[in-house]
Amino acid sequence: MTDFVAPASTDDTPIEPTLPGGWELVVGLEVHVELDTATKLFCGCANQFGSEPNTNVCPTCLGLPGSLPVMNETAVALAMRLGRALGCDVNRSVMARKNYFYLDMPKDFQTTQYDQPTNSDGKIELGDGFVVGIERAHIEEDTGKSTHVGGGGRINDAEYSLVDYNRAGVPLVEIVSRPDVRTIEHAKAYVEELRGILLATGVSDARMEEGSMRVDANVSVRPHGSDELRTRCEIKNINSVRSLGRAIDYEARRHIDLWTNAGAPDQETRHWDEEGGRTTSGRSKEDADDYRYFQEPDLVPLEPSSEEIAAIDASMPMLPAARRAALLAASDADADAIGILVERGQDELAMVAIDSGADGDKVVTRLVNDLAVDDWSNVTAESFTALIQMESAGDLSATQAKQVLGDLIEKGGDPAALAAARGFEAMDTGELESLVDQLIADHPDEWSRFSRGDDGDRKKMQGFFTGQIMKATQGQADGKAVAQLLAQKSA
Amino acid sequence: MTALEIAAAVRAGERSAVDVLNEHLARIDDRDGELNAFNVVTADAARAEAEGVDAAVAAGDDPGPLAGVPLALKDNMCTRGIPTTCSSKILEGWQPPYDATVVTRLRAAGAVAVGKTNLDEFAMGSSTENSAFGPTRNPLDISRVPGGSSGGTAASVAANFTPLGIGSDTGGSIRQPAAFCGVVGMKPTYGVVSRYGLIAFASSLDQIGPFANSVADAAAMFDVIAGPDPLDSTSIRDYSPDASAVLDRGVDGLRVGVIRELSGGEGSVDGLSADVLARTNEAVEVLRAAGAIVSEVSVPSATLGLSAYYLVAPAEASSNLARYDGVRYGLRVDAPTTGEMNTASRTAGFGPEVKRRIMLGTYALSAGYYDAFYGKALKVRTMMLRDFAQAYENVDVLVTPTAPTTAFRLGERTADPMTMYVNDVCTIPSNLTGHPGISVPFGVGDDGMPVGVQVLAPALGDELTFQVAAVLEATASGGVS
Amino acid sequence: MSERISRGDVEHVARLARLELTDDEIDLFTGQLGDILEHAADIEALDVGDIEPTSHPLPLVNVLRRDEIVASVDRDEVLAQAPANEAGQFRVPPVLGEEP
Repeated sequence: MTDFVAPASTDDTPIEPTLPGGWELVVGLEVHVELDTATKLFCGCANQFGSEPNTNVCPTCLGLPGSLPVMNETAVALAMRLGRALGCDVNRSVMARKNYFYLDMPKDFQTTQYDQPTNSDGKIELGDGFVVGIERAHIEEDTGKSTHVGGGGRINDAEYSLVDYNRAGVPLVEIVSRPDVRTIEHAKAYVEELRGILLATGVSDARMEEGSMRVDANVSVRPHGSDELRTRCEIKNINSVRSLGRAIDYEARRHIDLWTNAGAPDQETRHWDEEGGRTTSGRSKEDADDYRYFQEPDLVPLEPSSEEIAAIDASMPMLPAARRAALLAASDADADAIGILVERGQDELAMVAIDSGADGDKVVTRLVNDLAVDDWSNVTAESFTALIQMESAGDLSATQAKQVLGDLIEKGGDPAALAAARGFEAMDTGELESLVDQLIADHPDEWSRFSRGDDGDRKKMQGFFTGQIMKATQGQADGKAVAQLLAQKSA
Repeated sequence: MTALEIAAAVRAGERSAVDVLNEHLARIDDRDGELNAFNVVTADAARAEAEGVDAAVAAGDDPGPLAGVPLALKDNMCTRGIPTTCSSKILEGWQPPYDATVVTRLRAAGAVAVGKTNLDEFAMGSSTENSAFGPTRNPLDISRVPGGSSGGTAASVAANFTPLGIGSDTGGSIRQPAAFCGVVGMKPTYGVVSRYGLIAFASSLDQIGPFANSVADAAAMFDVIAGPDPLDSTSIRDYSPDASAVLDRGVDGLRVGVIRELSGGEGSVDGLSADVLARTNEAVEVLRAAGAIVSEVSVPSATLGLSAYYLVAPAEASSNLARYDGVRYGLRVDAPTTGEMNTASRTAGFGPEVKRRIMLGTYALSAGYYDAFYGKALKVRTMMLRDFAQAYENVDVLVTPTAPTTAFRLGERTADPMTMYVNDVCTIPSNLTGHPGISVPFGVGDDGMPVGVQVLAPALGDELTFQVAAVLEATASGGVS
Repeated sequence: MSERISRGDVEHVARLARLELTDDEIDLFTGQLGDILEHAADIEALDVGDIEPTSHPLPLVNVLRRDEIVASVDRDEVLAQAPANEAGQFRVPPVLGEEP
């Protein structure tokens, strides 16, 4: 899909450090994301992962003769929302048919967009300021899924295959980057950043492991400093960000080896083999590139009004890049730590706590270290801020605060109540004082050694009294407050 | 009895729908062995429906404007649990899990579907000879074709098997067989009748429409099936016509145009036979006598219609027919791999005309030829829309022959596809522009076979076509033929 | 035989369309498709420079439906129409190669 036009590198262009010297990596990324809708793109079947096979199907998504598609308004709205989040122009668009035979595709054509996509010409700015251009982000339908039975589940050895069309017709947006990426780290960062944008905008749950976000990489290499366009391979079946890095590395080295020793690689689709740590050749491309696109006659054009686009812009939440900048300005914390919080979506917790007067660096550190859990949905900005305030007021020790945060993660609620439930209630000063007076009365010898003895005695006896108080209060008393009281009484 | 007379009698409780049905089933039984109009007759299901209509009448409910009227459905309309084949081996025995919108609407109006009628495979043809289940014969002369692709429905109506029939028209497939069989057939404005459940041939050209023995019956049926459908994105939302209401309005003061390029004179396409042109001219004179203002108009791009059509329709068809791959329904021919199974199933399941059009359409869309063929054809559509818009500045309707000739003999044109394709020259323009058109019988040709005259109107002028056709019908049945 | 389309073109198109043609059919189609394309020469020769293409006779836009779940069809009814099924799925011979 990508027109592989990549300008020559300049002095500022990053160089992939792991590749042999003299070679430059050129990567374009094609990311498919499933839109977070209730129903499919063209019919009212549920857009649901993990249902029993072929239970979310109807004449339309099974491509039965006579069936017709009708566009899902939410899918279109989410696609335009993503487009605006990527800084794209949102255009008048038309659906097109991409014709090829494919078992998982019930109509044997894919309804997608071709020369008139909904979104075009955007960009994503990565954490370090590097900008990756977005060529287009177009709407299309997903395919079903087949499983291959016998022969160890490997496609080419299978005895037969079974097809489930539950996923057929699920709405997708394909985000096609320009071939701007020059390093593996940037490729990975691009995907992470895009994921952050998808989550922030509510466009997709972007789960690579469930396939609701799928990354294909167009990889080629060229001599450093060149602006020539060399043969690219499209790598599919990449299931994690880590795999993306490995796959690009493998493929780039394969190309370099071929260019050095054997000549041009074939332009083809290749599959990442996670276990083998290599890419393997896909099916032969004979005749396959002739997709015979034409406008889908069963659908009509999409023509968003400028009011509609303005409404999308007005409802746009803060996106990760802006959130990073805001937290950096507020906290002066480490950029990587901030990046982690924004990625986890915990930056709002930090911002609220900092706004209430907490120390920025401390807040960021606490969140990075102590909220590194998958599910922190019970922790609200209010409860987290209250906890930080209790800690800085001395109502909770650092250890206690950490324990209360654990309770918050587990069950949520008011941190003061959680602290109380754990018996972490800070002792009232009067109560503590009467306890100290009682101890002095009960232990006159020890008290006289404290108040009139030498430094050694005084130290020992302070330990005795503090220990007794801690024993009596089961550790709830604040050690500093006890020391202060003892000093007052002996003066 | 006409459909409207039957419906009136059934609604009044004067006749039972079951009796009406049995009469018609007896006629089918008697003669369909010879004509082969039906792929399947669903007598039991029809009886159940007729009983339902009678029960409604007995209960004092109104079963609808087509109460108890037997109906033939072209076998490319999906009917739940009833085989729907497109007269193709590739769909033999397929039972859809759903009904087409038109089927639902006709049933709701009280019509009783008696079966599925034969067609050119996937509606590709002009003679109903391209059917996997054998050709249909013209009831007026069984050595002749009934036209196509809705030949089975046309024959059913002409033979009085059913007073009403449903057809589909992609390049003339309602109007031409109506003309050949001497009945009324109408193609509505694209988008007026829902295509949901119509098995697609060429999606941007296909349109469902009525067949009947009279203009009034056709109008009554049109009024039932027309109107918006949320299941069809191309359905026109705010148009609910009432053609039955305009039939008696006449043509006094109406501006009627004759298309120079389809008139047989200078600048016209070739091949329009003299007898057909003579009847068409007589029809125009009838309208003039009834008060119409007649003039000649030019639609230069009409001559390009055939070429544009035979690029656009096969292109869309090549894509629409990809899904018949042996995986989910229909014919499967076993083979070692899925890819080979797809090829084996398609090769065995499609007939020669379907293959020819898939090949042509695939070629017209393929890399390197798109701009020269398909892309150009789309621009011709624009030219035709402009030319017709210009013509309609000066006239309200256009009158042309429906087909260049009367019904030809079986086997006469099967050898050379081009001689078959030219049959559609007068009907194709309104598919490319999406405009409505009706064919009404008007006299006979030199061979004694009926001639159809076509009335065309601009988009959403559907009612007007019926209005003009009603005037022609009154004269034709008054003695011209 | 027309020169507008070659046997090779016909074979290529047949592969794209997943149709297998006999040698005789290739000859027949090469001739017939050539004739049809010859007829389309009037269009091919046309100067249509700045004319917008019409893909659709209607000027409709933005036909959308609400994102609301509608009951799906019964799986058994659908699978009963399939040439082969197993475990609630459509069964087919093995697939060679990979997705495009």
